[in-house]
Amino acid sequence: MPEAVTSLENPAQKFNEEMLIRRIRDGEHELFYELIRPYERRLYAAAFSILRNEADAEDAAQEAVLKAFRHIRQFRAESRFSTWLIQITVNEARMRRRKDRSGMMESIDDTRDDEGNYVPRDLADWHEIPSEALERKEIREKLAQALASLGQKYREVFVLRDVQHLSIDETAKSLGISTASVKTRLLRARLMLRDLLAPGLGGSWTGKLSFEKGAKPW
Amino acid sequence: MVVSCEQVWREISNYLEDDVDPLLREAMEIHIRGCKHCTAVLDGTRNVVHLYGDERMIDVPVGYSQRLQRRLEESMPRPRRTFLGWMVAAAATVLVAGTYELARSSVSGEAELRSPHAQPAKGVPPGLLVVVSPGGKLFHSKVGCPLLHDRAHMRTIAAREAENEGYTPCDRCMKQYL
Repeated sequence: MPEAVTSLENPAQKFNEEMLIRRIRDGEHELFYELIRPYERRLYAAAFSILRNEADAEDAAQEAVLKAFRHIRQFRAESRFSTWLIQITVNEARMRRRKDRSGMMESIDDTRDDEGNYVPRDLADWHEIPSEALERKEIREKLAQALASLGQKYREVFVLRDVQHLSIDETAKSLGISTASVKTRLLRARLMLRDLLAPGLGGSWTGKLSFEKGAKPW
Repeated sequence: MVVSCEQVWREISNYLEDDVDPLLREAMEIHIRGCKHCTAVLDGTRNVVHLYGDERMIDVPVGYSQRLQRRLEESMPRPRRTFLGWMVAAAATVLVAGTYELARSSVSGEAELRSPHAQPAKGVPPGLLVVVSPGGKLFHSKVGCPLLHDRAHMRTIAAREAENEGYTPCDRCMKQYL
């Protein structure tokens, strides 16, 4: 039986959020920061996954928070507040990215899902990278570098699902794509990252992470 | 049910999500137990999910929280007055306005004079008929007074009314009342 990857949901936190939202709507605006504080890091991560620039990501996250504050009355309780917040951040970051690259030839809105199967590299000697390794800055940097090398559509899905722990449905809603697309992209993102990180096991973490040509048929 | 390596790779992500039907899951587990490559793919993929799901992977710039909080505070509208605050402010306004009006009326007790430099009438019989003109500042007891202008539009009214309208006695024809 696999250890399922589940979305985090805390009923007490949800109740607390509902209370805060009600009070903010009634005029206690100063409580808004308390409401978004648990998610501020995630907002930055979501923006960074799209913009890949610290300053731009921070600015987009800030702007998203201001927009959420201005439109708090439009939030509907049927969705999670965090999902709504991340959705605003994703839209803000995408808008900035589109604006920045409007003159470029590169297609930045490639939302098509690749046909065909991804063939993972034959790395039969995979050994687990322990969580303790994350204490090391160079390991975190390698992981971040691998993530940054993914294509936009894979990175977005992976960050929302596996870094932010949104559910498949929430990820789909946040990105405005189908759950089937989320699953397809998530599979590829996970396998690509596994292939990118595997060379590190042989002691080659100091080298630059890169795909081997022919190993990614998408 | 027997599954191939390709089928395992295609479903490996759903398998980690526990989103495959029981028959397929069982077939995948049988296959993985006997396949080193698929075991490595499963272990590696699970490890990727585990590592990136760690909170430590979200690295934010130094001072990010403080800057976010400050920008939010700057964009907040000014604190709204509470109901009690509004009531106190309204009461204070009424009090100030009332005091001003009271002070004004106790000083003059009369209508505002048309000429700030003129002296108010003293002892003019209220029923005395006088003449005034629309653009003038004085009321006159004599129609022929040289200081009466615009005779075409002059009116004859009681001195009391003239005073109420801010006219003052003519210093030529009514100097006895000054």
